[in-house]
Amino acid sequence: MRLEEKLYLLKFNPDRETHLRPREEDCRRCPDRPCTHFCPAQVYRWEEDKLVVSYENCLECGSCRVGCRFGSVDWRFPRGGFGVSYRFG
Amino acid sequence: MSGDSFDAIVVGAGPAGTAAAFLLAKEGWEVILLERGDYPGAKNVMGGILYRSPMEDLIPSFWHEAPVERYISEQRVWILSSDSGLCLDYKSDKLSKEPYNAFTILRAKFDPWFAGKAEEAGAILVAKTVAEELLMEEGKVVGVRTGREEGDIFAPVVILAEGVNAVLARKAGLRPEIRPHEVALAVKEVISLPAEKIEDRFNLEAGEGTAIELIGHPTRGQVGMGFIYTNRESLSVGVGVLLSDLADAGLSPHDLMEGMKSHPLVRRLLEGGETVEYSAHLIPEGGWKAIPALYADGVMIAGDAAMLVNNLHREGSNLALASGILAARTALKAKEVGDFSARTLKGYRDFLEESFVLRDLRKYRHFSDFLLRRRHFLSLYPEMITQAVQDVLWVDSTPKEEKFRSMRKKFLQKRSLWGLASDLWQIWRALG
Repeated sequence: MRLEEKLYLLKFNPDRETHLRPREEDCRRCPDRPCTHFCPAQVYRWEEDKLVVSYENCLECGSCRVGCRFGSVDWRFPRGGFGVSYRFG
Repeated sequence: MSGDSFDAIVVGAGPAGTAAAFLLAKEGWEVILLERGDYPGAKNVMGGILYRSPMEDLIPSFWHEAPVERYISEQRVWILSSDSGLCLDYKSDKLSKEPYNAFTILRAKFDPWFAGKAEEAGAILVAKTVAEELLMEEGKVVGVRTGREEGDIFAPVVILAEGVNAVLARKAGLRPEIRPHEVALAVKEVISLPAEKIEDRFNLEAGEGTAIELIGHPTRGQVGMGFIYTNRESLSVGVGVLLSDLADAGLSPHDLMEGMKSHPLVRRLLEGGETVEYSAHLIPEGGWKAIPALYADGVMIAGDAAMLVNNLHREGSNLALASGILAARTALKAKEVGDFSARTLKGYRDFLEESFVLRDLRKYRHFSDFLLRRRHFLSLYPEMITQAVQDVLWVDSTPKEEKFRSMRKKFLQKRSLWGLASDLWQIWRALG
């Protein structure tokens, strides 16, 4: 099963603004960009030379903040009423 | 809500927070229970095992009314290589009789029920509300700033049960940021299957459930574990690996999950099931050494926020409940003496030290380091053990003497006698 199909199953209420703010200059000098692999929703990806943060798919686990090589993700919870809502959990 | 005062503020309606709010409300306290999700459980994920104890201290025989999925009647451990497995299975009639030992639950169903109990007792549940920071006065915690407009609220004591990410505790400097080797990132799927199929496939009677822990191949040499738990009409299937290992190996947890689901022993159990939910969560794995200061003036930290997880025994929600209960008990004592400063709240740490929570975590204080340094326990040994069993079972007219000689040789090529001896000593030290 592809990740996109799994994410499609979830109920998201995305806020207008991102709750995930990495310092892009750190991302640019990051040797291996592990968040692009370990993020369970593949929120972080590079399109050519541009970092795309698909915060609307975020599962709010906190891995990107903890696992960042530079500790550079300004990570918040989405505002009340926004983000993912699990039906089973 | 602005400027409102309460007897206590509890942040987070998971097991730790709800337990605390429930007990304080029962004592007649005006308690506000803040929850950032649309409803309790909306943001909460766990593998799925809830132990009877200490939940039943709060609500006796809770399983008669709570939305539990199945009681655990057997426990299995599977040691997997890429295409085989050595399966250990413990069954007992005792596990199938009341009072049960453990249950599978789904948090988005269980947590609303539990929070409802706290509300019935008089707690004020406020959902869709993010606690943003602790309000301090002269170095003392006096309240919480919420994300609502004019959302400052005040109380002489705040119980932080905000989960593993512990935003408030970190901001206030009460807890350091977690390091990547102190947490596992777990992903999980809920896979729907008819009850009858589950019971046939897992050899269960109606209402019975099984918990399988998967060691070895599913984590591809990383420190971690897989699991399969049976719910009423679904399976909870997941895999958790240390975040540092995932980062260093450039692995995707989603790929590990798909790999595990296609393992020949696992695939058969999931056949025909439909994935209905995918989730992810961090699990505290740092053990004793990662536990922060548990209290300060006007505040206590409980559950995952305090990193209270016994990873060896796969226990978390029971530690969360116990810590919530003890935080409430400490708050009651503090009110009696009219002092919510650290001097009195230190009693919370003392309670935890006397209970299984810190006694167990202290006992296994070397275990997390042990796994980090001896990761071959989860990769090389499963491969060697399954290979040895295969060699013994495979009948091909080779004389046994020759067979055992070649097995011994293969074994020692991978791990020297010295290495084996040192492993034995280290495991004794970590668990003894």
